[in-house]
Amino acid sequence: MDQPLLSMVTFIPAFAAFVLLMVARGEDAAAQLVCKRVAMFTTIATFLVSLLILAQFDAQNTNFQMVESYSWIMGLTYKLGVDGISILFVMLTTFMMPLVIWASWSLETRVKEYMIAFLLLETLMLGVFMALDLVLFYLFFEAGLIPMFLIIGIWGGKDRIYASFKFFLYTLLGSVLMLIAMISMYNVAGTSDIPSLMNYTFDYGSINLMGFEILGGFQTLLFLAFFASFAVKMPMWPVHTWLPDAHVQAPTAGSVVLAAILLKMGGYGFLRFSLPMFPVGASEMTNFVFWLSAIAIIYTSLVALVQDDMKKLIAYSSVAHMGYVTMGIFAVNQQGIDGAIFQMLSHGFISGALFLCVGVIYDRMHTREIEAYGGLVNVMPSYALIFMFFTMANVGLPGTSGFVGEFLTLVGIFQVNTWVALFATSGVILSAAYALWLYRRVVMGDLIKEALRSIKDMSFREKSVFAPLIFFTLLLGIYPALVLDIIGPSVEVLVANYHEEVSSSNLIQTSMVKN
Amino acid sequence: MEQIILFSPLIGAVIGGFFWKSIGEKAAIYLTIVLLFASCFLSWIVFLSHGLATEKITLFRWIVSGNLSADWSIRLDRLTSIMLVVVTSVSALVHLYSVGYMAHDENWQDDERYKARFFAYLSFFTFAMLMLVTSDNLVQMFFGWEGVGVASYLLIGFYYKKQSANAAAIKAFVVNRVGDFGFALGIFALFMVTGSINFDDIFVAAPKLAETTLTFLWTDWNAANLIAILLFIGAMGKSAQLFLHTWLPDAMEGPTPVSALIHAATMVTAGVFLVCRMSPLMEYAPAALGFITIIGAFTAFVAATIGLVQNDIKRVIAYSTMSQLGYMFVAAGVGAYSVAMFHLFTHAFFKAMLFLGAGSVIHAMHHEQDMRNYGGLRKKIPYTFWAMMIGTLAITGVGIPLTHVGFAGFLSKDAVIESAWAGTNAGFAFWTLVIAALFTSFYSWRLMLMTFFGQPKSDSHAYSHAKESPMVMLIPLGLLGLGAILSGMIWYSSFFGKDYQVANFFGIESEYQQTLPKTKEENIVEKNNEKLEDALPPQGAIYMSPENHVLHDAHYAPIWVKISPFIAMLLGLLMALWFYVWDKKKPSEWASTLDPLYRFLLNKWYFDEIYEILFVSRAKVIGRIFWKKGDGGIIDGSINGIAMSLVPLVTRISTRFQSGYIFSYALAMVLGILLLLTWMIFAVGVK
Repeated sequence: MDQPLLSMVTFIPAFAAFVLLMVARGEDAAAQLVCKRVAMFTTIATFLVSLLILAQFDAQNTNFQMVESYSWIMGLTYKLGVDGISILFVMLTTFMMPLVIWASWSLETRVKEYMIAFLLLETLMLGVFMALDLVLFYLFFEAGLIPMFLIIGIWGGKDRIYASFKFFLYTLLGSVLMLIAMISMYNVAGTSDIPSLMNYTFDYGSINLMGFEILGGFQTLLFLAFFASFAVKMPMWPVHTWLPDAHVQAPTAGSVVLAAILLKMGGYGFLRFSLPMFPVGASEMTNFVFWLSAIAIIYTSLVALVQDDMKKLIAYSSVAHMGYVTMGIFAVNQQGIDGAIFQMLSHGFISGALFLCVGVIYDRMHTREIEAYGGLVNVMPSYALIFMFFTMANVGLPGTSGFVGEFLTLVGIFQVNTWVALFATSGVILSAAYALWLYRRVVMGDLIKEALRSIKDMSFREKSVFAPLIFFTLLLGIYPALVLDIIGPSVEVLVANYHEEVSSSNLIQTSMVKN
Repeated sequence: MEQIILFSPLIGAVIGGFFWKSIGEKAAIYLTIVLLFASCFLSWIVFLSHGLATEKITLFRWIVSGNLSADWSIRLDRLTSIMLVVVTSVSALVHLYSVGYMAHDENWQDDERYKARFFAYLSFFTFAMLMLVTSDNLVQMFFGWEGVGVASYLLIGFYYKKQSANAAAIKAFVVNRVGDFGFALGIFALFMVTGSINFDDIFVAAPKLAETTLTFLWTDWNAANLIAILLFIGAMGKSAQLFLHTWLPDAMEGPTPVSALIHAATMVTAGVFLVCRMSPLMEYAPAALGFITIIGAFTAFVAATIGLVQNDIKRVIAYSTMSQLGYMFVAAGVGAYSVAMFHLFTHAFFKAMLFLGAGSVIHAMHHEQDMRNYGGLRKKIPYTFWAMMIGTLAITGVGIPLTHVGFAGFLSKDAVIESAWAGTNAGFAFWTLVIAALFTSFYSWRLMLMTFFGQPKSDSHAYSHAKESPMVMLIPLGLLGLGAILSGMIWYSSFFGKDYQVANFFGIESEYQQTLPKTKEENIVEKNNEKLEDALPPQGAIYMSPENHVLHDAHYAPIWVKISPFIAMLLGLLMALWFYVWDKKKPSEWASTLDPLYRFLLNKWYFDEIYEILFVSRAKVIGRIFWKKGDGGIIDGSINGIAMSLVPLVTRISTRFQSGYIFSYALAMVLGILLLLTWMIFAVGVK
């Protein structure tokens, strides 16, 4: 290992944020432009460095790679590393950030602080995906809340204070339990090193608590504590209600980051902690997770059907899509987890793009009410085309990346639980209904509303934000092996270890196929 | 060559759709047409020259995850080559026809450019359809399946200013998704039991599936039957079979060439193609086949009854399409896959022709579609009249009984009915189809009589200005006319001839072939399949188990069976003449005496109304309850209760936002968490 690439990627944005904080002065247009350029340059540089990580990464090696480990204050360790499961989340983050900055180019209020918040957020998100130490992970995981909280609270809409606090309290309350679990894990295993903890088997003997027998014992308790935190982040039904409010109030770029990256931390957490560290606890709880996922898919799809606010509709659709992810993860087979990771990446592009689509017309008309629009295709043909593309990707059209994730997770779950597969598959009908109905009300029809007559089609800058997203949505839809080859080997190991531990714990496995 | 067939429509679609501004609208249109004709020409070469062996071309990897592996690939066998010529021929002719039909569309203003978009959609549809028919695995087929769905959505909603067109487009997509839901579950189940989604692996595993039970939902199922039924639900959506048919009549909102291409000749037959493609599985799924037969027979009957009373010329033809699709499914359901393909093949020609003819009438009558305003058009638009006449003769099944001489529909429909007789022992499906044939004849002749005969009923303006369509529209009609007359007679023996002729055509391994020494190609195929424990997929494009004698028995049907469709046709013709020529008061008399029945049929058996009550409005009500009561009431209610205690804090901090202390606050928060953590770890560590 020559250069500490991972640390470089992680802290380049923070460094730039620090420089901006110290150096940048003034609120005039020129000063704002400097801030924007610095942020743009930094995020692009971060992306380029992250490409080096990808280039050095060996997909066949299922251990953590490019590990950096230093001792830190009070006997704690600073340890970073990537494997097949985390590396693409790192790439997703570094890829999305320049687009987010580019999409915020027309911002005029508190530009410096805005850019600092986003740069800081990037560092913290990258840290989450690369941290290999419990304390470090927790630090990044929790601190990430702060910039997002500020982004919603300062640059948000009318009810931003309510939304930002709802966001903050929900996610923080979930994390308190995780913190307690982490402390007791450290207490028991004597280490906070994530790779060591993944190989450590926590006690799974049943515990009797006030007459209730807890199967899987300590592992189940740990699992539930982590679950509380990740389920809120995901978000899973029924702790999803912070998301629509946060999305509605957040500025466009905030929504994009929230949907594209922050939500993925929950799924990543399940893969990094819940399955490898508490396999027996997880296997006790899979049915519970399945049903929450199935309910999420149908419930939120139906709710999306009756929304009047475009952002809320897309937010609810995000919850439904995350339902496929949790379902796929807890199916714990190759297709399910491959699909879940793929779905998370693809959802990053697609939902990010959909929020950008809303942003485009919000910037022009300053309303997200669906009723205020109609017939945009007559005056904004490019917009209509791009919105159509991502609507179709959102409903999982084969040929776009949306299909691959959805298909693989459903293949995965079908082998484990056909009821859940049935309900989840019915989600594809509902998603088509709400997505196309939204599109019809906003874009189709004759242009009747006077206010829309003078609306301008997308500018070159706006189109250039979408171009890379379109490219990757198509590329991964047509040649998903680009992703599947990287994640495959690591997922294989994860699945094998899980089943080995579960079967050695003497839980009976039943097969659904009989000859 | 196969790659050229497949991708030239895609190239046309991309250039026509995205770059027409640079190369000009005209050039873009001609480019799509030229590319399509090239594709069509090559398809005919493939069709006429292709041998028995199944050819496979792998393009590149697609979805690979664990033991699930699906490639982008081309599978070329007889079924594919039949579909290739059907799709590319009709598509090429429809492209050509559209040059005339779309020239001056009154739905657009003069400064609006819409033509390049239309041709790009048509070409994109063709590409998706070709991907569907050439796939070598179910997932690529699903790609084409949904791809044609999108193209159909875009084309139905082509007149996007019309609310009705937008509604119809969404309806088509969503109802098809209901079918896709079944299709997808079928794919999942197949993968679970066979570990593969490639056709050859599935076909090898098929005999075993018949003895496998699969736990699905609440109980155990026979795997073969369950999977076949799930896949057929997909086919029901795409092919507008009963219960999932409501989108097809509404789809007539699209421009008429679209109706001809997508909603008559090609896309809607994808379901039939799917069942035939899966014949090696279907043969082991008797219950599923029974289900297919019943649904097909019901569809043929119900659609025909609705067609009797419709007044919109396109809707009559739409219901006729639905009915004919029912015929094809009956043939497939009784195990006569080649007959189903035969009817699919001939139907593509004469139904495309009827639609394009109707388009020509509509074009001449300034976009009037109500047949009650037509009449006496025979002399005004003679070429169109003769084209429609050929189409009608073909669909009603005119020919010389007990010979193989007649219009295309005569041969293929009789083949279907004879197979239905043989396959069900003169049961329910057979009689339903005969009655449906009577209705078919009635509504088809009714259409002809109302449109072209009698006195002009519309205001004299539209009638007197009616003029014949340009050559660019008439030439496609002429070529399709050739198909409607000849395709039945030319390919009769291939699809429905003696056993060995059919076997030869489809490359089926019959007893007569097994005696032949193995060819080189077969040896290669065998080598490739060594990993499958020497098990070989059945040879040929379709498979009929040794117990399946339907084709054979159908030829020995008694004479009354063979002439029954002809008699039904004659009766239908006579009825039509009686109602619309000899005694013109009869239709209104009957409508008033049988008022409830008339309304029942006019309102299409009230399917739409029932679905609206059962599903559409209910979904919205439930969604609203979940949103307001669930999210707003229960979930947020309890959380807000907790949060209420924090309100004083919230308000205090929120005032700080305005005073600009954000960053000191943020810093405090970071430090707070940091301190808390280190202290906790430290404390625990010391202990």
